[in-house]
Order: sequence, then C-alpha cells, then structure tokens
Amino acid sequence: MSETESAELERFRNETRAWLEANCPPEMRKPATSDADVFWGGRNAKFSSEPQRIWFERMRDKGWTVPDWPKEYGGGGLSAAEHKVLRAEMARIGARPPLSSFGIWMLGPALLKYGNDAQKKEHLPKIAAGEIRWCQGYSEPNAGSDLASLQTRAESDGDDFIINGQKIWTSYANYADWIFCLVRTDPTAKKHDGISFILFDMTSKGVSTKPILLISGYSPFCETFFDNVRVPKSHVVGTVNRGWDVAKYLLQHERAMISGMGERGVGRPLGQIAADSVGTDGQGRLDDAMLRGQIARFDVDEAALAACAERAVDLAKAGQAHPAFSSAMKYYGTELNKRRYEILMSAGGVDALEWESERSKQGARPRAWLRTKANSIEGGTSEVMLGIVAKRILDLPGA
Amino acid sequence: MALVLTEEQSMLRDSARALISDKAPVSHLRHLRDSKDPIGFSKEFWHSFAEMGFAGLLVPEEFGGSGLGYVEAGVVMEEIGRTLMPSPFLATSVVAASALNRGGNAAQKSEYLPKIASGSLLATLAIDEGAKHRPLQTSLQAVRAGNGFKLSGAKALVVDGHVADLLIVAARTAGSAGEREWLTLFLVDPKAKGVAIERTIMVDAHNSARIEFANVEVNADSVLGEIDQGSALLDGVLDIGRGAVASEMVGLSDEVFHRTVEYLKSRKQFGKLIGEFQALQHRAAELYVDIEITRAAVMKALQALDADVAKATSAVAVAKARAGTTATRAVQEGVQMHGGMGMTDQFDIGFFMKRARVCEELFGDANYHTEQLARARGY
Ligand SMILES: Cc1cc2nc3c(=O)[nH]c(=O)nc-3n(C[C@H](O)[C@H](O)[C@H](O)COP(=O)(O)OP(=O)(O)OC[C@H]3O[C@@H](n4cnc5c(N)ncnc54)[C@H](O)[C@@H]3O)c2cc1C
Ligand SMILES: Cc1cc2nc3c(=O)[nH]c(=O)nc-3n(C[C@H](O)[C@H](O)[C@H](O)COP(=O)(O)OP(=O)(O)OC[C@H]3O[C@@H](n4cnc5c(N)ncnc54)[C@H](O)[C@@H]3O)c2cc1C
Repeated sequence: MSETESAELERFRNETRAWLEANCPPEMRKPATSDADVFWGGRNAKFSSEPQRIWFERMRDKGWTVPDWPKEYGGGGLSAAEHKVLRAEMARIGARPPLSSFGIWMLGPALLKYGNDAQKKEHLPKIAAGEIRWCQGYSEPNAGSDLASLQTRAESDGDDFIINGQKIWTSYANYADWIFCLVRTDPTAKKHDGISFILFDMTSKGVSTKPILLISGYSPFCETFFDNVRVPKSHVVGTVNRGWDVAKYLLQHERAMISGMGERGVGRPLGQIAADSVGTDGQGRLDDAMLRGQIARFDVDEAALAACAERAVDLAKAGQAHPAFSSAMKYYGTELNKRRYEILMSAGGVDALEWESERSKQGARPRAWLRTKANSIEGGTSEVMLGIVAKRILDLPGA
Repeated sequence: MALVLTEEQSMLRDSARALISDKAPVSHLRHLRDSKDPIGFSKEFWHSFAEMGFAGLLVPEEFGGSGLGYVEAGVVMEEIGRTLMPSPFLATSVVAASALNRGGNAAQKSEYLPKIASGSLLATLAIDEGAKHRPLQTSLQAVRAGNGFKLSGAKALVVDGHVADLLIVAARTAGSAGEREWLTLFLVDPKAKGVAIERTIMVDAHNSARIEFANVEVNADSVLGEIDQGSALLDGVLDIGRGAVASEMVGLSDEVFHRTVEYLKSRKQFGKLIGEFQALQHRAAELYVDIEITRAAVMKALQALDADVAKATSAVAVAKARAGTTATRAVQEGVQMHGGMGMTDQFDIGFFMKRARVCEELFGDANYHTEQLARARGY
C-alpha cells in the first residue's frame, strides 16, 4: 500500500468511526437477543423497535447494508480495504448488522456473478433496501447432502416453466416474498447436468408452505409445495441446465456466512458469564477448574478462528483463496459454535434449564443452544464439508 | 493490515525455502545426529545463511542487519520447521538479537549486534530452571558484589548453550520466586569463572545445555536493560521467541501433513489407495483445517508483535497454544497414517514428532499459554 493510500484509509477510518458513533443507537450495539429482535426486511417487515428502524434506515441510505456492492445496485461501493475497516469499526462498538437477509448473504453474490443485467437491476436494489425477503429452495425430502439428486420438476411451456414438486427445511418460507430454487429441467441428463436455478414470487399461484417445529420450539422452516407454478423462463439465472454452477457458488457464500454465525459471540466473554453463576475463588478464578480450562481452550480456538476468517477474506481479495475454503471454515465455525453453547449450558447449570419462565426470557438460552445444533447440518453437514475439503483441496482419491 | 504475505515476504520465503531445502533437508539433521557432530549444526552452512542476510534479519540496518520484522522472522522459522534444520537462527538471530536490540544500551548494541548480523557471534537466552517454562519462578540469584554482581543458580533448556559466545541470563536481583518484580537480565561470558556447561542432546537431536553458575562475577556494564525491572523486557523477548517457535511449528505441521497426504495417495491396502477410506479422509481434512487456522493465528500474532510488542501478549498466547495442539495432532496423525513405516527411524516422520515435542516445551506449552489467556481475560 502506498503512503497516500494508507493516509486515505486512515481518513476513512476516522470518518467511519465518527459516523458510527453518531449514528448507531446504543441498543444496536449488542447482539440480538432473539430472532424477533433481528430485522429481516421484506414486504411485510415490521421493526421490533425504534432504534432498529433508525439504524437500518441510516445504514441503508449509505449503502452499508451491502457495503461492498456497487453503488448502482444500492451498495456502498467500498473497496476491500475500506470494507475491512468498516467491519472492524462496527465490531469495535459491537454494532449489529442492520439487515439480515438471504438476499445479501446468498442470492446477491450469485446474481452479481451469474445474473444478467435485467436481473441485477431488478433484484439487487430491492435486496439492498430490504424490500424483498428471499428464501432458499434447495433441499428436498430425498435430496439432502446429496443435493444434486433433487426431483422438483420444471417443464417447458412456451415462454414459461411449469414447476411441480416439494422442498423441505426451507427457512422462513412462510415469511419470504421470493424464492431462489433449484429445479430439474432435464430429467434425462446426468444428475448435475439437468438442474436450473430459478427465481419466483412466493405469492405465485400453486405455492404453499407448511411450518415445521424445531427442537428449540421455534418453527423457522417449512415444507414448501409447488403445484403447477408458472414461472417465466427469463427468471432462470445463468444458463438452463447449468444451475448447479450457480448453486455451488451460492453455497460457498452461504457457508462463509454460517461459519461466522457465532462470530459476534453472545455479547460478553464466556468466562465472565460463567463467573456470574459458578462464582470465583480467592484469586478471582472461576470456581470450577475444569470448566475454566474448557472455556480457556474455547477462547484460544475462537480467537484463532477469527484470525482465519479475517485471513480468508484477505486471501479472497488477493485472489489467493481456494474456492472450497469456505467449507473448511463452515466445518470449524459451526462445530465451535456448538462448543460455545455446550459451555454456556454447563456454565448456566440449573438456571439454563428453564424453558417457559419470565426470568429465563422464555428459555432463551436453552432454545439458542438447541438451535446451534443445526449449524453443522444446514448449508451442508460437517461430514459433507470434510468430504469437500478432502476431495477439492487435498485432492484425495475417490472422495 | 491484510493477513497474507506481501510480495517481498513471499520472495523471502521462496529464497529461504530454496536454500534450506537444498542445503539442509531432513537428511542433514539425520547426518549430524548419526555422526555425533560435536556442535550439532553446520557452521559452514550458518555462514552462508548469514551471508544471505538471514542471521541479521532482525538487526537494524545501522548495525549491519536487514532491519526486518517479526513476520519476516516467522517466514524463515516456518521454512526451518519444514526441514528441522538445526541452526542458531532462533536463539541468536531472533531471541538474543531482540533482547539486545530492545534492551541494550548504545555500547552493548554496537558491540554485539554487528557480530550477530555477520554470523560471527552466537548468543542465547538462559531462562528456564525447572521442568516447565515458568519465567516468574526464576530463582537464579544475582547479589551485588563491589561494582558488579555475583550469579548463582542453574539453567536448563538453554538452546545452543554449549556453543554460545554470549549468555543472556535471567536472574533475580531481589525478592523471591514467583514475583514479577526484581528480575534482571545479565550478559555473561560463558568462559567466565564459575560457569559450568553441560551439553544436553535432546530427543530431537537439537542443541541445548544445562548451565550452572557458581558465584560468577559480572560487572555493572553487563546488565541488559534496567536493574530489578527486567520483566517487561523479558516478557517482550519471550513473546518474540514464542511467535518464532510457533512459526516453526506451523512449518513442521504443514510438512508432516503434506508428506502424510502424499502417502495416502500412494499406499495401497485392501486393493485401494488408503486415501480412499473416508475414515482417513476426514481425519486428514480436520488436520488441514486445524493447520490453516493455526497459521492465521500465528500470522496475526507476528503482525501484532510488529505493531507493538507490549500489546501482543494475548495474540501470542493464542498462537503458541494453537501451534502446540496443532503440531501435536499433526505428528501423531502423521505417524499413525503411515502405519508401521511411521514407527521406523529410517523414515523421517519420527524426527518431526520429536521436534514438535521440544517446540511444545520451548517458551511455554499449550497449557501454559491457555492459562495465560484465561488470566488475561480475568476468569
Ligand atoms: C435449521 C435448518 C435450516 C435449513 N434451511 C434450509 C433452507 O433454507 N433451504 C434449504 O434448501 N435447506 C435448508 N436446510 C436443509 C439442509 O441443507 C439439510 O438438512 C442438509 O443439507 C442435510 O441434509 P439431510 O437433512 O437430508 O441429511 P442427510 O443428507 O440425510 O444426512 C444424514 C447424516 O448422514 C451424513 N452423511 C450424508 N452423506 C454423507 C457422506 N457422503 N459421507 C458421510 N456422511 C454423510 C450427514 O452428514 C448426516 O450426519 C436447513 C436445515 C436446517 C437444520
Ligand atoms: C512396533 C511394531 C511391532 C510389530 N510387530 C509385528 C510382529 O511381531 N509381527 C507381525 O506380523 N507384524 C508386526 N507389526 C506390523 C503391524 O501389525 C502392522 O504395522 C499393522 O498391521 C499396520 O499395517 P501397515 O504398517 O502396513 O499399515 P497400513 O495397513 O499401510 O496402514 C496405514 C494407515 O492406513 C490405515 N488403514 C488401512 N486400511 C484402512 C481401512 N480399510 N480403513 C481405514 N483406514 C485404513 C491404517 O489404520 C493406518 O493408519 C508390528 C508393527 C509395529 C509398529
């Protein structure tokens, strides 16, 4: 980096810091306490609080819901280095993301790479502005880890496709406005070669959803049914029958996102949370030596993973990243997040078992603990991630 | 700062790798061990290493060095880890050079640093006394005597202690073991009266010594840094050493890993390449992930050291702790996946296992550094 560049970057840092200090409401400087506290956008979106609205609107107006997307699509147009500075400055004050969205994490990057002009102009600004909420129609009852064996059919009918079939585990399908969906457009081709990636409105005739209850007691996902849903062919992203390329590229982004789900932690260091319930000895150490050791090992691994996440972004920007590296990160990040919650449950002891009391905020901790068990399943299981690392990065035979 | 090597750093890595892999592959260590080499490393090679500027890598340019940083030192250590080359680089060029550069007065710097840069002076830090690395437990005594001090006590695991021309000795000028106060560093001539050096060939066939000090007289000029207030200097120097050893462990882990993956791709059992068995694939993949995460943590620590040594403590603790668990895992998986071959002396993999064990103890093991992090975070 030249001296003028680093001076520019310092200036950007100072401006950003001042802007965040002035514009991020104090309530938005801690992690969301529940899913209801997260802003997902969409046609029917409601803000759960005034600070949430203010924070979202201010960030949106700067293009910072998607800081590194081009300005013409509602992004902030930041360079890699500026984006890193913004992330660091947000982390410094604990600012939460103003908008959570499958559009930002998954569809957007895929559209930027594979979408045509019309598709980008149509969808990206609405994602950036939180106007349309998306869901992901990949998994089916008989196509989980083996996603490419999916059976949902799309048959040609003039300028349209007619879609029939069933998806499952579709997160927030009952709240989403649009779906990005994998469908089989050529049933005679080899399984990876007959798939297309298509977009449609969830209010289209023939789409229905049925929520599924999770072990956490929440029901954030659905069975999704398609009964003769008519979708224009122009809604296919990329080439017909080449949807697997788009799907895989999108999964890289999804995995990178899931690996970082625990990144902002739970607001306070685990050691302190544990000290509140377990107590400390005369020297101020946690009064449970084994738990203390577990937490310390966790903290070492968490800090190391954070460095690796930072490096993964830097490698990608430098064009040195292995495309399958997000699978490595997804594997480790999700296993680590599960460890975090096992520790939290152990630290909380009996107090962490209450499920329906006011005191426990309706069982916030045990429900969050149970939710993390999905981290190593959703977006591709840990075993599948290890398989991808073995095959694509290590080039092991027959994997 | 991006957590990737710059172009210059990549070039440094390439030239270090080319030189080391050519002149000092693992067979070089094997030869030194089997021939019971009296000094345990190649002086000749050390001189060519110095000629290429490596010995003075951390020495400021005004003293004849290259004035590079800890990231660059780490780059070289990682390459050393790949072939396990025994050399004075760690003790002299990283640890002692940092101690002299950070703590030395003008006279001490101009006397020693140019010699370190030229490769003509070997120096080392004598810190550990007990079985485990516990710097605050230092009890080697320095009592005032006339214009100077008399040192009494014993040190262990003094890297290159049997060949060093200069010892940097951590001593207690007052107080008692366990206290942070009253530590002082001394520059001691190993030929001084009362110094008894026993070379201890370690499990990894690298160099080390136990050194006894019996009323060794040193004058006031031999104090490095401040009297009684040496712990800040010592902390910084140890953290620099830890960052360097962690880098060596990344290199070592990565090398074992690559050799193991190659073996999985060539060894057949049950009519298949053993790399086709998912049980081994997943273990190899887990190890890969572990190594990459540790590599990032170590880079982070080295960058933190370059930014401000005094503020790098937690990052270094994370790096050394991770390097310890990762290297331990890498060498064990390496031996296991080589089956019976992995157990043979003829096969190199065992050398890596032995070196990893020594690196783990050097400047604090994974448990030590995990404990440090817990204390730093106040629980
Ligand atoms: C909370 C949550 C949200 C989700 N959201 C969405 C969504 O929005 N959209 C969507 O499309 N999908 C979603 N999913 C689905 C998710 O992608 C699948 O659950 C996942 O891909 C695994 O598929 P499966 O459940 O059919 O398990 P299976 O594939 O049947 O796996 C069962 C077990 O076998 C193992 N296994 C399978 N194949 C192998 C192999 N080759 N080698 C070794 N082990 C193997 C797996 O690792 C797993 O442990 C979500 C899932 C969850 C839990
Ligand atoms: C100290 C020592 C003493 C010994 N003494 C004797 C003795 O007295 N008599 C005698 O006959 N033998 C002896 N052996 C040999 C020993 O039984 C073999 O080393 C052992 O069976 C493994 O075979 P291998 O070394 O060929 O490894 P390989 O079979 O090549 O195995 C290499 C790696 O691949 C793994 N692997 C292989 N197949 C699979 C699979 N299907 N799925 C998953 N992983 C797999 C192995 O677990 C191992 O990690 C001795 C070995 C040692 C080390």
